[in-house]
Amino acid sequence: MTTSTRGAGKAPAVLVLEDGRSFRGRAYGALGETFGEAVFSTGMTGYQETLTDPSYHRQVVVMTAPHVGNTGVNDEDRESDRIWVSGYVVRDPARTPSSWRATRSLDEELCAQGVVGISGVDTRALTRHLRERGAMRVGIFSGPAVADVELLLARVREEPAMSGRALADEVATTEAYTVPAQGTKRFTVAAVDLGIKGMTPQRMAERGIEVHVLPADASLEEVYAVDPDGVFFSNGPGDPSATDHPVELMRGVLERGTPLFGICLGNQMLGRALGFGTFKLKYGHRGINQPVQDRATGKVEVTAHNHGFAVDAPLGAPSDTPYGRAEVSHVCLNDDVVEGLRLLDRPAFSVQYHPEAAAGPHDAAYLFDRFVSLMEGQRA
Amino acid sequence: MPKRTDIQSVLVIGSGPIVIGQAAEFDYSGTQACRVLKAEGLRVVLVNSNPATIMTDPEIADATYVEPITPEFVERIIAKERPDALLPTLGGQTALNAAISLHDAGTLAEYGVELIGANVAAINKGEDRDQFKEVVAAVADRIGHGESARSYICHSMDDVLKGVEELGGYPVVVRPSFTMGGAGSGFAHDEEELRRIAGQGLTLSPTTEVLLEESILGWKEYELELMRDRNDNVVVVCSIENFDPMGVHTGDSITVAPAMTLTDREYQVLRDIGIEVIREVGVDTGGCNIQFAVNPADGRVVVIEMNPRVSRSSALASKATGFPIAKIAAKLAVGYTLDEIPNDITGETPASFEPTLDYVVVKAPRFAFEKFPAADSTLTTTMKSVGEAMAIGRNFPEALNKALRSLEKRGSQFDFTAGGKSDPALAAELLEEARRPTDGRVQAVMGAIRAGATPEQIFEATHIDPWFTDQMFLIKEIADELAAAPELQPALLAEAKRYGFSDAQIGQIRLLREDVVREVRHALGVRPVYKTVDTCAAEFAARTPYFYSSYDEETEVAPREKPAVIILGSGPNRIGQGIEFDYSCVHASFALHEAGYETVMVNCNPETVSTDYDTSDRLYFEPLTLEDVLEIVHAEQQAGPVAGVVVQLGGQTPLGLAQGLKDNGVPIVGTSPEAIELAEERGAFGRVLADAGLPAPKYGTAFSFEEAKRIAAQITYPVMVRPSYVLGGRGMEIVYDENALAEYLERHAGLIEQHPVLIDRFLDDAIEIDVDALYDGHELYLGGVMEHIEEAGIHSGDSACALPPITLGGYDIKRLRTSTEGIAAGVGVRGLINIQFALSGDILYVLEANPRASRTVPFTSKATAVPLAKAAARISLGATIAELRAEGLLPESGDGGDLPMDAPISVKEAVLPWNRFRDVHGHGVDTVLGPEMRSTGEVMGIDAVFGTAYAKSQAAAYGALPHKGRAFVSVANRDKRALIFPARELVAMGFELLATSGTAEVLRRNGIETTVVRKHGQGEGPQGEKTIVQLIHDGDVDLIVNTPYGTGGRLDGYDIRTAAVARAVPCLTTVQALAAAVQGIEALTRGEVGVRSLQEHAEQLTSARAL
Repeated sequence: MTTSTRGAGKAPAVLVLEDGRSFRGRAYGALGETFGEAVFSTGMTGYQETLTDPSYHRQVVVMTAPHVGNTGVNDEDRESDRIWVSGYVVRDPARTPSSWRATRSLDEELCAQGVVGISGVDTRALTRHLRERGAMRVGIFSGPAVADVELLLARVREEPAMSGRALADEVATTEAYTVPAQGTKRFTVAAVDLGIKGMTPQRMAERGIEVHVLPADASLEEVYAVDPDGVFFSNGPGDPSATDHPVELMRGVLERGTPLFGICLGNQMLGRALGFGTFKLKYGHRGINQPVQDRATGKVEVTAHNHGFAVDAPLGAPSDTPYGRAEVSHVCLNDDVVEGLRLLDRPAFSVQYHPEAAAGPHDAAYLFDRFVSLMEGQRA
Repeated sequence: MPKRTDIQSVLVIGSGPIVIGQAAEFDYSGTQACRVLKAEGLRVVLVNSNPATIMTDPEIADATYVEPITPEFVERIIAKERPDALLPTLGGQTALNAAISLHDAGTLAEYGVELIGANVAAINKGEDRDQFKEVVAAVADRIGHGESARSYICHSMDDVLKGVEELGGYPVVVRPSFTMGGAGSGFAHDEEELRRIAGQGLTLSPTTEVLLEESILGWKEYELELMRDRNDNVVVVCSIENFDPMGVHTGDSITVAPAMTLTDREYQVLRDIGIEVIREVGVDTGGCNIQFAVNPADGRVVVIEMNPRVSRSSALASKATGFPIAKIAAKLAVGYTLDEIPNDITGETPASFEPTLDYVVVKAPRFAFEKFPAADSTLTTTMKSVGEAMAIGRNFPEALNKALRSLEKRGSQFDFTAGGKSDPALAAELLEEARRPTDGRVQAVMGAIRAGATPEQIFEATHIDPWFTDQMFLIKEIADELAAAPELQPALLAEAKRYGFSDAQIGQIRLLREDVVREVRHALGVRPVYKTVDTCAAEFAARTPYFYSSYDEETEVAPREKPAVIILGSGPNRIGQGIEFDYSCVHASFALHEAGYETVMVNCNPETVSTDYDTSDRLYFEPLTLEDVLEIVHAEQQAGPVAGVVVQLGGQTPLGLAQGLKDNGVPIVGTSPEAIELAEERGAFGRVLADAGLPAPKYGTAFSFEEAKRIAAQITYPVMVRPSYVLGGRGMEIVYDENALAEYLERHAGLIEQHPVLIDRFLDDAIEIDVDALYDGHELYLGGVMEHIEEAGIHSGDSACALPPITLGGYDIKRLRTSTEGIAAGVGVRGLINIQFALSGDILYVLEANPRASRTVPFTSKATAVPLAKAAARISLGATIAELRAEGLLPESGDGGDLPMDAPISVKEAVLPWNRFRDVHGHGVDTVLGPEMRSTGEVMGIDAVFGTAYAKSQAAAYGALPHKGRAFVSVANRDKRALIFPARELVAMGFELLATSGTAEVLRRNGIETTVVRKHGQGEGPQGEKTIVQLIHDGDVDLIVNTPYGTGGRLDGYDIRTAAVARAVPCLTTVQALAAAVQGIEALTRGEVGVRSLQEHAEQLTSARAL
C-alpha cells in the first residue's frame, strides 16, 4: 500500500534482506538487480558526496532523509570520479532539481552510471530493522529482475558478507598521481589510497602540502621514493581485519618515525599496526551529526562518520605498543566507540571519522593542522 | 564542567502578555527553564504578568510574581528576593529589554545579580544592527564567508533620506532597532512610504535608531538554531527554510525544516558562519538563531540578523526535532556543558550532537485579518500573524497539506473543487495575486498551477524555490488523477493519502461525503501509521512517544496497560482562542496522569506547553480534524484501553469535533455532545433558561433580511447581531437602526450563508459579569465571579475585569450562584461551564453559556488559588466535587464566590494589537473596542485594593499610567455625565485637562478647569496653535480619554486614537476605564506599591478560608 506511483512509467522494484524481510517500491535509477551490505546513512545533506565515497563500495545505502535529489548533481561536489554505492534506497526522490550549480538530476546520474535503486519504501522501518538486526546482505531488484521473493532471497544469501572482505584494492587508484600544493609548497605527503575521497588531498593542498596519492599496494620504497615529510593512510571500504598490506606498510613508516596520519580505514590500519584488534559494529556509524570528544581538551566536535568497523582499544590508560605508548585520543559520545588513536612517543595519529567532511561539518578540520604541526616538529 | 555552585537562586523573566510576535512559545520555553532550574535545586523566582501561562502556575517556580515586567516592578522583586542571578534569555524581547534596562540603571550591580545565559555586550552585539554588522565583517575576515546586506544606520529623518541615496535608491528595507517581531519595519518604495515607516520606526525603537538596507527581496531565506556551552561546544539544532522567499517576516512565512534546497557545501557554509557568529557575538551559554538570505542565482550569502536568546523559531525547532532548546539553554546557563546533558529522547546519547530528521516539518502561520478589515493584508517584514500550526509528514506535500488543514480556517486548504482547466486569463490573474505576499498566497499559487501557469511563471511572480513549486505540481497532479479516475482504486487512494490529502479533500474531488471516503478507505485497509520524532532518524531507540501520522508501512505505537485519556488541544493560536485553552489542556493532562491514567495529547500548535514531549504520556502532533482524531483514537484503541476523549478544555476546536466523534462511537468524557448542543443552540438554550426561570435578553434567529428586520423591530434597537456558532464574537456588532442592519447583513453575506444570524437585545449601560463554575451533576462549585470594567457590548475577551467583583454584593452573588446552578443542571454539565450575565436595572440577564473551559479559567484559578481545569478534568472522568474537596484539589469548604472580605483584588486586562496593523494607505487601524474580540492576550494585576491592582494591570499591558501631566478628554454625548467626577479627580491629582470645545464646555460648566485644543479637522490655528493630534505626536499629552461616537465608520476620534497608539500614550476608550484608571492613578500617587508572589497570595487565601 505504500507503493508510490509518482514518476509515471517507473517500474516496480523490491528490496530483499537476507533475513527474509522485504520492501516493495518503485525503480529508481537504473533497472536491474544489485547486491551489497544494507547500511543506513542519516545525513540530511550531501547525497552526492555519499554516493561517490569509495568507502561505500559494495554497500546498498538507505537514506533516512526522505527527500533525496533536491539539488540535483553538479560537477564539483563528487568525492571520486564515479558512484560507488552498489544500490540506493530512498523514499521520495526529487523530480525537479533546484540549485544554481546543478547540471543534471540525480535520477539521470544514477541511470547513466548504472546504479540500481529503489524509491517509495518505508525507509524508517528499514532503518529500524537494520538498527535492531544489524547491517546485513540485501538485494534490490527492479523491472525485469523482479521475481518471487523467495527466489530473490536465495540469491541474496548467495552473496558474500562484508566481514572478511578486503576491498581497498578494488577502489584505489592504480596509478600514482599528485595533487599540487595551493600557494607555497611547504610539505610533501605520500597518501596511500585505500579509497581516498577527493576532499582529503584538497584539505592538505590548502595547507601547502603536495600530495602524492599512491595505490593501495604501494611498497615502502615507493612511499619513500617521493621523499615524504609525512605519510597519510586514507579511508576505504571492507573489513580491516582482512586488509593486511597497509598494516605492514604502516609498520614500516612507524619504524622510521615519519609523521603519520590516518583517517577511517587508516585509523583501523594504525590500530592493527599497534597490535589492537578490530571488530564489526552492529550497524555502524554513517551520518554527519556524530558527537566525538577530543579526550585531551574535552571539547566535542560534530563529525562526519562512515564506518562499519571499529578499533578495539582500551579507553583508560595508554597502552604499550611496539612503537611506544598509544592512547585513544577521540571517542564517540553516543556509544563510546574508539574514534581516534595517538602515539605518545612517535609522531603518528589517526581518526576513525572524517575531518575532511564532504559531506558534513568542518569541526574536525583542525586535525589537518595537527598533521602539519607534526611535520613541522619533525623538521625542527 | 559541572553545575556552578555559586548560584543558589535565579530570577527568570517571562514575556508578558501574548502579542503578535511574542506568543505562547515563551510560556513553553519559560516553563521548561523553570522546571529545569528547580530540578537542579535552585530557588526559582519568576516574574510574568500573563496569568494564562503554565509558567506562572505556583508549582513551576518557588516564588511567582504576576506583576508588570517593568524595571520598577522587577527591581522591587529583586530587592525582596535577592536572587544571585538573572536569566533573561527565555522571555523573548520583553525579558531581554527589561534585563538591559536593569543593567543600565545599575540595579543588577546594586543588588549583586549576575546576568546568566547572555551578557550585556553579547545582547547588544546581537541586537544592535551596527554592532552586528561588525560581527559579520569579523566573521567574514576569519572564514571568508558571509556578509551583511549593504546598509545605512539612521538616527533622524535627515539620515534616512541621505541613506537612500547612499544605497542607490528604492526600494529599501527599514528596520528599527530593538523591537520585537520586527515591529515597525517594512519596505519603502518611495519617499512617502519611507517617511512614514522610518518615522514610526524611529519612535518605536528605544534607541531612536533605524537601519536602511539594500533590498534582497526574493532571495532564499534560511534560519539556523544554534546552541553553545561554556566549553565553546556549538551545535546546530535545526535548519529552517522559508517557503516564502525574503520579504515576508519569517513569523508570517510558511517554513520548512530541515532545509530542502541546499547542497551540503552550501549548508556547511551557513553552519560555519553561524558558529563563528555565535562565538563572535559572545553568547557564552545558550541558544540563538541566525537568519540568512541566499541569492538563488549565485549563492551569495547575506547574514540578516541574529537573536541572542530563545525565540519563536527555537520553539519551532524544538518541536520539529525533539531537541528541547529552552531546557538545555537553562542547563547551560547554570554551568553544564552539552556533553554532560543527556538527550531525553534516546536516554543514552548526549545533547552535544545535531538532530537529524527523517521527516519534513511545515509551519504555517495563522492570520486574523478578518478581525481588522481595514488592515492591509500584504505580508511584509513586520509580523502580522497571530498564531501558527506545525505539521509533520514523511514528505513535504504531506506535511504541507497537514499544516494547511491544521490552520482550521476556511480556504486555507487547497481547493480542487472548481476550475482545474487550463485558463490563461485566470492563471495570469492568480499569478498577479500571488506576486503580492498575503495570507492566501499558497492557495493562489495552487490556483495558478491548476489554471495552467508554468513553473517558470510561478518563479518569476513569487521567487518561491522551483523545488517547492514542483511539489505543488505534484499535489495538483494527484488531485487531477483523483478527479479523472473512473473509480477510487486502492493504489490511488493510498497515493493521495501519502501526499497528505484529507478524506474531505478526496471527497470533494470525487463528489463523495467525507465519511464515505473514510469508510471506503478503512474497508481497503488504508490507514495511517504513527512514526516517532526521535532526534536521530531511528539510529537509536526513542524513549519518548512523540508521534506523527504518515501513510507508511510500519507503526511505532507501543501497546499499553493503563487506560488512556485522549485530550484534544486547541490548535493554532488565534484571536479568541489562545494560550488560555492550552493551559487548561495541560492541567488536565497533569491531573489525569496523577489520577492513574495514561494521558494522550493531540495538538498541532508548536508554541505551546501541551506539545512538549514530556507534558503528557504520549503526544500526537497532528491536525485537530475529525479524520485525524478518529485515526488517533483508533491507533490508541489498538494499543490498549481508552477511557475517553476530553473535548471541553481546548476551546471551540475540540468542542466542534465532539458530535462527530460520538457519532463514530468514540466515548466523550465530561459534558456530552448533546449538552454542548443544548447550550449552543439558542432555541434549546432558551428552554433551559425558561425551565430554570431565568431571564435572557430578547432575541431571535433570522435566516433572511426580512426576518431579521422583523425580529429587530420587535426587540427594539439597538440590537446586537452576529452569526451563530462563532467564537470570539466574530462578526458581532451593535446595530442602531434598520439601515445599519441591512448594511451588516450585506457585509457578512459569506458567514450568514453558513449559519443563521442571531439578534439580541443590546443592554445599554449594563454591568457584564463572567462566571466560571464546576458542576458534577449534584454540586456546583462557583470558581469565580468576574465583574467587567467596561459595560456590556464590549467583548468579554477585550474587557478588563475584576475578581472578586468590586461592586456586587452578597445578594448578587447569591443570584449568580442560583442561576449558574440552574443552567449547569439544565444543560447537563460535567466539568466546567462559563456563563456571561448582564446586570441591568437590577435584572440579571443571561447572555450566554459555554459548557467548556473558558479563556478566564487560568485567571480565575490564579486569582482564587484553585486549579479549576484540573478539577474539571477529574470531574469529566467521574470524580465528584465532594471527592475533590476531600482530596484537597478543591478547598474543603466554600468556593470562589465567597472569597474573604480582605481577599486581594485581581484585575485582568486585555492587550490589543493596534500597533501591528495599518491600512493599505499606511494609516493605523482604529482602536475602538466592540462586541468582536480583537485582543491577543491578557495580563493580571493583583493587589490589596482595586485601584492599585488596576494600575498594575495597565502598567503590565500598555505601560504605566501617568502620575501627572496633561490629560486630553473627548467623549460621546452619552458619556458626558459620567465624565464629570473622574475628570474632577484628575484635576485634583494635578493633571491639566485638555478638551475639544464640546467636552470642554460641559466640564467648565461643572467648574472643572479645562484648556480647549483644536480638533484635528480644524487644522493648525492662526498663531500656530497645534491640533490635538499634533500635540499627541509631539509628546505633549500623557493620558487620553476618547470614547467613540456611535459605531462603525471612520469617526472623529480615529486620528486621536491612532496617534495615541503610534506614540504609545495610554488611551482609555470607555468612561468606566477612566473611572478605574483614576482609582489606579490615585493609588500610585498615594505611595509605595508592593509586590507579592502567588504563593504568598495562595497562603493568605487558604488561611483565610480555614478561619
